[in-house]
Amino acid sequence: MKLDSKIPNGPIDKKWSDYKNHINLVNPANKRNIDVIVVGTGLAGGSAAATLAELGYNVKAFCYQDSPRRAHSIAAQGGINASKNYQGDGDSVHRLFYDTVKGGDYRAREANVYRLAEVSENIIDQCVAQGVPFAREYGGLLDNRSFGGVQVSRTFYAKGQTGQQLLLGAYSAMNRQIGRGKIQMYNRHEMLDIVLVDGKARGIIARNLINGAIERYSAHAVVIATGGYGNVFFLSTNAMGSNVTAAWKAHKRGAYFANPCYTQIHPTCIPVSGDHQSKLTLMSESLRNDGRIWVPKKLEDAAAIREGKLKPTQLAEEDRDYYLERRYPSFGNLVPRDVASRAAKERCDAGFGVNATGEAVYLDFAAAIDRYGKEQARLQHLNENDAKVVYKLGKDVVENKYGNLFQMYEKIVDEDPYTTPMMIYPAVHYTMGGLWVDYNLMSTIEGCYVLGEANFSDHGANRLGASALMQGLADGYFVLPYTIGDYLSKDIRTGAIPTDLPEFDEAEKNVKGIIDHVLGNNGTHSVDYFHKKLGKIMWDKVGMARNAQGLTEAMSEITALREEFYKDVKVSGTADSFNQELEKALRVADYLELGELFAKDALHREESCGGHFREEHQTEDGEARRDDENFAYVAAWEYKGKPSEAVLHKEDLVFENIKLVTRSYK
Amino acid sequence: MAKSALLKSSIGKKYWMALTGLFLCVFLVGHLVGNLQLIFGDASAFNEYALFMTTNPAVKILSYLTYLSILFHAIDGIVLTIQNKKARPIGYAKNNASSNSAWQSRNMAVLGTLILIFIATHMTNFWAKMHFSEMPLQSEIVNIQGQELEIYKTVQGQPIPANAVQMGQVEIKGTGFYETGSDFKIADGYKDLHKITIEFFKDPAYGLAFTIFYVFSMIVLAFHLLHGFKSAFQSLGANNPRYNGLITTVGNGFAIIVPLLFAIIPLYIYFVK
Amino acid sequence: MNLTLKIWRQKNAKDKGQMVDYKINNISPDMSFLEMLDVLNNELVEKGDDPVAFDHDCREGICGMCSLFINGEAHGPDRGVTTCQLHMRMFKDGDTIYIEPFRAKAFPVIKDLVVDRTAFDKIQHAGGFISVNTSGNTQDANAIPVPKHDADRAFDAATCIGCGACVATCKNSSAMLFVSAKVSQFALLPQGKVEATERVLNMVEEMDNLGFGNCTNTGACEVECPKGISLENIARMNREYLKASFR
Repeated sequence: MKLDSKIPNGPIDKKWSDYKNHINLVNPANKRNIDVIVVGTGLAGGSAAATLAELGYNVKAFCYQDSPRRAHSIAAQGGINASKNYQGDGDSVHRLFYDTVKGGDYRAREANVYRLAEVSENIIDQCVAQGVPFAREYGGLLDNRSFGGVQVSRTFYAKGQTGQQLLLGAYSAMNRQIGRGKIQMYNRHEMLDIVLVDGKARGIIARNLINGAIERYSAHAVVIATGGYGNVFFLSTNAMGSNVTAAWKAHKRGAYFANPCYTQIHPTCIPVSGDHQSKLTLMSESLRNDGRIWVPKKLEDAAAIREGKLKPTQLAEEDRDYYLERRYPSFGNLVPRDVASRAAKERCDAGFGVNATGEAVYLDFAAAIDRYGKEQARLQHLNENDAKVVYKLGKDVVENKYGNLFQMYEKIVDEDPYTTPMMIYPAVHYTMGGLWVDYNLMSTIEGCYVLGEANFSDHGANRLGASALMQGLADGYFVLPYTIGDYLSKDIRTGAIPTDLPEFDEAEKNVKGIIDHVLGNNGTHSVDYFHKKLGKIMWDKVGMARNAQGLTEAMSEITALREEFYKDVKVSGTADSFNQELEKALRVADYLELGELFAKDALHREESCGGHFREEHQTEDGEARRDDENFAYVAAWEYKGKPSEAVLHKEDLVFENIKLVTRSYK
Repeated sequence: MAKSALLKSSIGKKYWMALTGLFLCVFLVGHLVGNLQLIFGDASAFNEYALFMTTNPAVKILSYLTYLSILFHAIDGIVLTIQNKKARPIGYAKNNASSNSAWQSRNMAVLGTLILIFIATHMTNFWAKMHFSEMPLQSEIVNIQGQELEIYKTVQGQPIPANAVQMGQVEIKGTGFYETGSDFKIADGYKDLHKITIEFFKDPAYGLAFTIFYVFSMIVLAFHLLHGFKSAFQSLGANNPRYNGLITTVGNGFAIIVPLLFAIIPLYIYFVK
Repeated sequence: MNLTLKIWRQKNAKDKGQMVDYKINNISPDMSFLEMLDVLNNELVEKGDDPVAFDHDCREGICGMCSLFINGEAHGPDRGVTTCQLHMRMFKDGDTIYIEPFRAKAFPVIKDLVVDRTAFDKIQHAGGFISVNTSGNTQDANAIPVPKHDADRAFDAATCIGCGACVATCKNSSAMLFVSAKVSQFALLPQGKVEATERVLNMVEEMDNLGFGNCTNTGACEVECPKGISLENIARMNREYLKASFR
């Protein structure tokens, strides 16, 4: 099958409005006869479900959590971008578009990104109308801050809980429709397969997590908005339950998986403390607005700190290496995430790490506290040379901005970040790759739409901070409702899809087969044992820096681990009850396949771009070396029975509005 | 369509709890002022107060409001408690409630029940007697030209010598002094609640027990008020960081001072009078 | 650290359930409480026993999925944290720890420590929203200035994670703190005022119907709330309800 991205013709700034003007619509009376399944209730799924129901479709929404409000979008901290230019600092749709394409290292589709930038303003309007309490200035207008990789302040935020507030906004829009009966909400249900009838997505098989029942649901279209697959690394900032199963099952049924190797390693997370660790905690990128990142300049100082003989605060200014400010003077601590992460790894690999494991750098707020303190002292006519007064005032400002993050850090690490610099280290955070979709957000399965982090579309090889929330809501509120209408306009006479078709039988049998296998296996190791092993392979060989040898090894190791899993995994409990071990087993089974495709994709991409860094392809000073001549394409993989045998399809990326240059933040 | 349910809804019930509770606080103050006559006034002052309380029409209305409030407060409280118990059919094996809330706030129903028992006995002992049973009328010994003479005090002011009653010229029907054999009322006497009260607490057999029971009940009341006073403001929506300190201070002061003064009265009678 | 755990085990909603003792050794004080339970579960699975079911997801204190009544307190002895942020350094070697599900009639047990909190969702369906359609034509976000003070207080109320600790803690299993947080968020914003009357009446009616108890102002919810939602919100809802009743 040839990939057709279905990008409308015309100049880039007219494409979306022209498209909207010429699509087919479904009249309100017919919408009542059309069902849509939405899997996942995060920002993308929640906003899509609410909007489709508002329009009049019958929506069936699914989430594995006990309430749609708990989807992991809730954990996004820093903010959401929009080209409102409220600060008058030169922002515009074009600049947001440009920054996003550049930030993505020129591996995103121009038309999609432009549309994203265009609707970004509507998102803020919509959210404010819904009652999302964004941060405001004293004049009552919305406040902004700036994020990595850009030179304007376009990020709207609600303290360190922006994702929570936006998700609760989408959740409230859903609640309105659930109350009206337009959304049938299925909490604690997990999609385990997608059902195709005559090549079109017409339903799903889901497991009721409370009683284990395998249930069939039909619809005229299926929307997958199930987030990313960062948990393939076991340790990530994703929620424990975040999984690739829905997307992977769609992949196995014909949806191409695009760019699986593009993974964002977030530079500011709390470092790993031991083997018991189940999850990594992010510290918002917004901290880099005020925090300065450093390690000791001398190896002996780093060693002394690691052994606890020296405190970071004892180190003189000239003995500190503010390596981001040194290497990237124009962006400093606000370089994009991939750059910041690699720089931290480089320093730690060179022996400058500052915690017991040697994998941590400092994020220091002393300078910010001092700067804010002096400013406040002047404003309040106090003595700006009195260190105590300045510290107190400065601390108050920092606390007001980042209080909840500092508190979270202190609870986890048991150290006061106001007095001792925070320790941070990169961690897996977001996956830019995902199911391939066209301009309409439809995958290569007809009628199967993919939104948000689950698709590959807008961030290229690296996502800028505060853009994930923007994309999720753009897809769900403003893009899908149009594009899916065009598709469904052909289905107004189809009538309800029955669930007793042989296609449903086959899919259900498939699901029951794997459940019976893992339950009857009676092996020796728990699911976590395998998941941790997979995570280690991924982190060591498919992590922040990759090379051909490691990737080849990773592929065969994962294959072997997968075979071992099916032979030796032990899952207790029964199929027809609440069984969290079984839930995990089904998810890890899919990660064990995805991991291999991930490595295969990384191996084939002989260049460094964004979150994908191949050691073979770097400049002399360690910067990524992109290969636009040979790799300016989307790698979309078709499933052929085994991940290792996946077939590559290329969607060439055409840049008509932005000139490809070497990304530089120096 | 949503309907307001000022009686049925959980919040509505709380308004009534708060309003009746606050009204009863006002009543407590009035009651206390009168009772303090037992310490600071003489028998006449106290009996005059008692008569005023039982006959004044305005006071009558207030007193009916008080009875209603007590009744409503109690019934509402019982309903709330039953609902609250039902809301958690299976309790915790371990509950460390003292770490997050004050003891009295968790035991308002128990405290309230004890207060209700107290009110019942208190009303039987004094209020019922005052209203429904034959009571001695207030008399005093005066010294007229070197001669000790017992006379009844009357509302109209003109005294009636006790020997007139003893000799059969005047007869007492209820609280009235009548010409014997006729319906002609000469004057109204004062029910001697003062005497009844003193004798109650001075009772050789039970006086101490009564005193202890009264003091105990006032401690119970204090705890009830300690939570109830400020809780009423919260229920009515008055919670503002600017005034919360004031409400708490006034509430705590009220909860301690009012029951303390009430408790001092039986103690004073038992130990001092 | 070596610990004794007393954990509520209940096979399903119909099972009677009971407390069961477990011994667990070599627990690091740096572990989170849930990681300690992971260790226990791994041991149980490898022995072939049924692991303890408990809700959890984000493990960074924001999704509100984790619950647990630990040693007599919702989310355990620490303040301002959810169970996933509770660390074992809060306990001592040799401690006995009681672990029970959140208890309320409106939160029936599904299995072991997992309870059904959909009652919270139902309250939100009754009015936890502003009726605005997604059109892309709503007025500009800066068209209505909102005083920073109001916006901040609306945000504070909106930080509720819907975990149910307030209900679990309240001796009456009252949901007032949860409901009032949502009512307050919208009551404080001009966008929410339009529907304020209907919202508070509907949400309170639904809350009462679902079998939650009545608020008696003990203040326990505020103390145990991992997000520090203030009792002021309950007072504000009391005002809103009164206002709405006379409208």
